[in-house]
Amino acid sequence: MIAPKKPEIITFRIKRQDARDAQPYWEVFEVPYKPNLNVISCLQLIAENPVTREGRQSRPVVWDCSCLEEVCGACTMVINGRVRQSCSALVDQLLEEVGEGEITLEPMTKFPVVRDLWVDRQRMFDNLLRFKGWVPIDGTHDLGEGPKESPEEQELRYELSRCMTCGCCLEACPQFTLDNDFIGANTFGQVVYFNAHKTGRVLMNERLDALMEPGGIADCGNAQNCVKVCPKDVPLTIAIAKAGRQTTVHSIKRFFTGKR
Amino acid sequence: MAAEKPRALVVGGGLAGLAATIRIAETGTPVDLFSMVPVKRSHSVCAQGGINACNKVARQQGYSEWMHFDETLYGGDFLNHQPPVYDMAHWAPRIIDLLDRMGVPFNRTHEGERDLRMFGGSLFKRTHFAGATTGQQLLYALDEQVRRWEAEGLVRKFEFWEFLAPVLDDGGMCKGIIAQDMRTMEIRAFRGDATVLATGGNGLVYGKSTNSVICNGAAAIRAYAQGAWLGNPEFIQVHPTAIPGEDKCRLMSESARGEGGRVWVPRKKGDSRAPGDIPEGERSYFLEEKYPAYGNLVPRDIATREIFWKCLEGYGVAGGRMVYLDCTHLPDATKNKLAGIFEIYEKFTGDDPRKVAMKIFPAVHYTMGGLYTVYTPRSDYKGMEPGAPNNMMTNIPGLYAFGEVNYQYHGGTRLGANALLSCIFDGLFCGLSVANHIRDKAGKRAQELSAGLYEQGVRRQEDAVRQLIDAKGENNPYTIAREMGEVMTDRVTVVRDEEGLKLALNTIGSLRQRYQSMRISDTGTWTNQNLAFARALGDMLIYAEAIVIGATERRESRGSHFRSDHLERNDDKYLKTTIMKYDAANDRHTLEYEDVPTPLVKPRPRTYGKVEAA
Repeated sequence: MIAPKKPEIITFRIKRQDARDAQPYWEVFEVPYKPNLNVISCLQLIAENPVTREGRQSRPVVWDCSCLEEVCGACTMVINGRVRQSCSALVDQLLEEVGEGEITLEPMTKFPVVRDLWVDRQRMFDNLLRFKGWVPIDGTHDLGEGPKESPEEQELRYELSRCMTCGCCLEACPQFTLDNDFIGANTFGQVVYFNAHKTGRVLMNERLDALMEPGGIADCGNAQNCVKVCPKDVPLTIAIAKAGRQTTVHSIKRFFTGKR
Repeated sequence: MAAEKPRALVVGGGLAGLAATIRIAETGTPVDLFSMVPVKRSHSVCAQGGINACNKVARQQGYSEWMHFDETLYGGDFLNHQPPVYDMAHWAPRIIDLLDRMGVPFNRTHEGERDLRMFGGSLFKRTHFAGATTGQQLLYALDEQVRRWEAEGLVRKFEFWEFLAPVLDDGGMCKGIIAQDMRTMEIRAFRGDATVLATGGNGLVYGKSTNSVICNGAAAIRAYAQGAWLGNPEFIQVHPTAIPGEDKCRLMSESARGEGGRVWVPRKKGDSRAPGDIPEGERSYFLEEKYPAYGNLVPRDIATREIFWKCLEGYGVAGGRMVYLDCTHLPDATKNKLAGIFEIYEKFTGDDPRKVAMKIFPAVHYTMGGLYTVYTPRSDYKGMEPGAPNNMMTNIPGLYAFGEVNYQYHGGTRLGANALLSCIFDGLFCGLSVANHIRDKAGKRAQELSAGLYEQGVRRQEDAVRQLIDAKGENNPYTIAREMGEVMTDRVTVVRDEEGLKLALNTIGSLRQRYQSMRISDTGTWTNQNLAFARALGDMLIYAEAIVIGATERRESRGSHFRSDHLERNDDKYLKTTIMKYDAANDRHTLEYEDVPTPLVKPRPRTYGKVEAA
C-alpha cells in the first residue's frame, strides 16, 4: 500500500465557548504537520501561538487533561463527530478519517460546558457516591488477607475496574441526556463490580434498591452504543445484563419477603 | 456558632493524599482534600507494574522484610534514611493485605492466591500486580474508601482547586492554605490545624517526561518559598524504557522486563533490518551480558545509562536514539498479563508488541528528592515511633510532605514497584502523626486565629495574579517552558558534568530574566489555564535552579546522579543529604549537607554483580 501523502498543514475547527452560559462559536487553527502528533500536542502548539487561520489573535483553547496515556479519563472530547480520548487520538489516523478536510474538536454534549472543550462531569462522581461504590472494610488495621478469588472472578472484576470515568459511554447513549436523571452504563458497571466482591456484596441490596429508582436500570434502552465507544473495552453490556438480572431477583425477593 | 472540630487539610489526591485522608478521617478528624483534578485522575493511575512486599512464597525461598529493606538501601546507593525504609518494608505485607480487603483485583493464581512477578533490583518474586495498571487499581481502591468517608461527612473534597501557598501563623506554624478554584478563579483561604502536601513529582520541569501534566512541582516550590527546605533535589530518576512522543514520553513498564522482556541492539552499527529479521547471533543483549545475575532487571539508573551509552556509541536502532525491548518470544499467557501496556504501545505507535520488538528510550520519570522531612526514630533505629507528631513533617511545624513530594525512602534511586508502596505507607503510617499533632501540638486552633492572617494571604495571591495578567512584556510562557525543558533534559538527566551544569544554570537564569517580562494571551477571569500555567512556570524555574545547584555541588556519582567528571561514589564527602533553603525576598538558594546516619546497614559498593568487559 502506498502511504497517503501527508499535508504540510493540519487544520483544526474547534468549537469554543467562553463561559458556562455563553454562546458557542467556531474557530479554525492551523498547525504544521509532523509525524506522530496527537490532538493534545496540537492543542499545546495552538496554546503557544493562539492565532486563528484568519490571523486573528485568540486565546489558548481550554481543555481538561492529565495523564496523556489514556488511563486517567480526563481528556474526553468529540473528535470528528466521535467521542474519544484526545491523547490517544493520533493525527495521522484522524487525517485518514477526514481526507483533506478539517479535524473538528467539540466538547461532549451530555455534560455542561465549563469552557471550550472542558465539561463538568461531576454527575458521574455523584453517582458513584449514590451507589455506594466502595467495599465496606472494617478499617485500616492489620486484619489479614482479603477474600480469595479465582482467576476468572478476578478477570471480570479487573475488566470492570478499568473504567476511568471518562464518560464516552454516556455521550454515546441515546438514553442519557443533559437534563434527565438516567444513571448510565459506567455506573451499572461499577454496581456489578462492587457486588462481585465478597465484602462489597454486603451493600448489594442498597445498591440494587437505588438501581430500581427512576433513571435506573429499567430505563436502559439497550442501544449498546456504550460498549462500542468504551476506550478501555469495559464489558458494559455484560454488566448491564448482570445488573438487570440482579435487580430482577432482588425485586422478586423484596416482593415475597417485604424486606428491603 | 458551635465550635468547629479541628481539621486537617490534605493537598493532592494521589495514593499518598488519599491514604492520608483515610487514616486521618479514621481518627475522627475531619479532612478537607484538595486536588487539581478529580482525585480519580491523579498521576498515580499511571503506575503500571506493581507494588513490592515480602510474601508467603518469597519468604519460603529465603526472602524477608529485612531483604526488602536492604534492597531498597542498596538500590538507593545508601542515601536513604534507614528507619523509615525499615518500617516501609515491614509494613508492606500488611499494606498488600489491606488493599486486598479493599477489593483491589490483584492477579490470582489457580488456587486464588495473589500472583507475583519479578521486578528490578531483586532476585525474588516480590511484586504484586493487577494486570498492567496496578497504580490505577490501587488509586481507585483508595478513592472508593475516601468516597465512603465523604458519604459519612468526614471528608470534603475540593476538586479542581490549586494550592497556592501555606498560611503560617506568627510562630511559623502552618495553619492553613490559600487555594484557587481553577474554574471560577476564586482565591480562598482554608483554615486547617495541620496540612499534608502530597503533590507528587516535578517531571514537567524537564518538559517531556512520563509524568502527567499536573506534575510540575509547583506546590513544593510554593512551600520552599515560604521557608520549607528541599532534600536531595538533584536526584531525578530517568526510567530506561519509555516511548518517545511529541507531547510526553509514555512509560513502558518495568513489568515488561519482569515478565521476561529482553533489551537488545543489533551488533552491527546502523543495522536497518526489521528487528525480526536480525538473527539471534547478531543481537547484543547488553544488559544480560554485563550483569549476568540481574540481567534486564538491574536498577533503573544502571539500565538507563547502559541504553544511553549504547546509543551514544552508535548501536541504537538504525543508528538513532532507541533500543529494542523485545517481548515477542514470551508465551501467550505472559503476554496477556502485559495486555494493558501492550495496548498503550500499539495505540501510540501502531505496532503490536506481541509481534514486533518495541522501540524505547529513557525518559525522566520520578523525583526522589523533594521537601525535606524529619521523623522520630525508635531507640534501636528499627523504624519510626508510631504516631510521633513529627513523622514526615517538613521543617515548618504542621506542614507534612507525603509520597513523591517527600524526599524520604528512595535515596539515590527508587526501585521499581516501591513508589506505590512508599506513597501508601506515608499516608497510612504518618496519617496518625498528623492527627496526633492536631491533638497535642497544634496550639491555638486555626478557627480562633485572626481573619487578617488569612485575608493577607489571599491578597498576596490576588496581587500576583494581577501582575501576571497586567504584564505587557514580550515573552511567551510556553516558549520559556519549552526551552527550560530542553536544557534540563540535555544537561541534567542521565549524564552530568560541571560544564553542562554551568550552562544549564546560566540558561535557567536567563529564562528567569525573560520570565520577568512576559505576556499571557488569556487575561480573562474564567477558567484561565494560561494564567495557571504561567504562574506554575515561575515555580518550575526555581525548582530547575535548585536541581542544577544540587547536581553541581555533588561532585560524585551516586544512584541516578551520574557525573562523568566524578565517576566514583564518595562516602567521605557525600554520604549526606543535600538540604536547600530559599530566601525568597532576596531570591537566594543556599545549600548545606547533613550526614545520613547508617545505624542498621553499612554502605557497600553497588555493583549488581557487574562483569567488566574483557
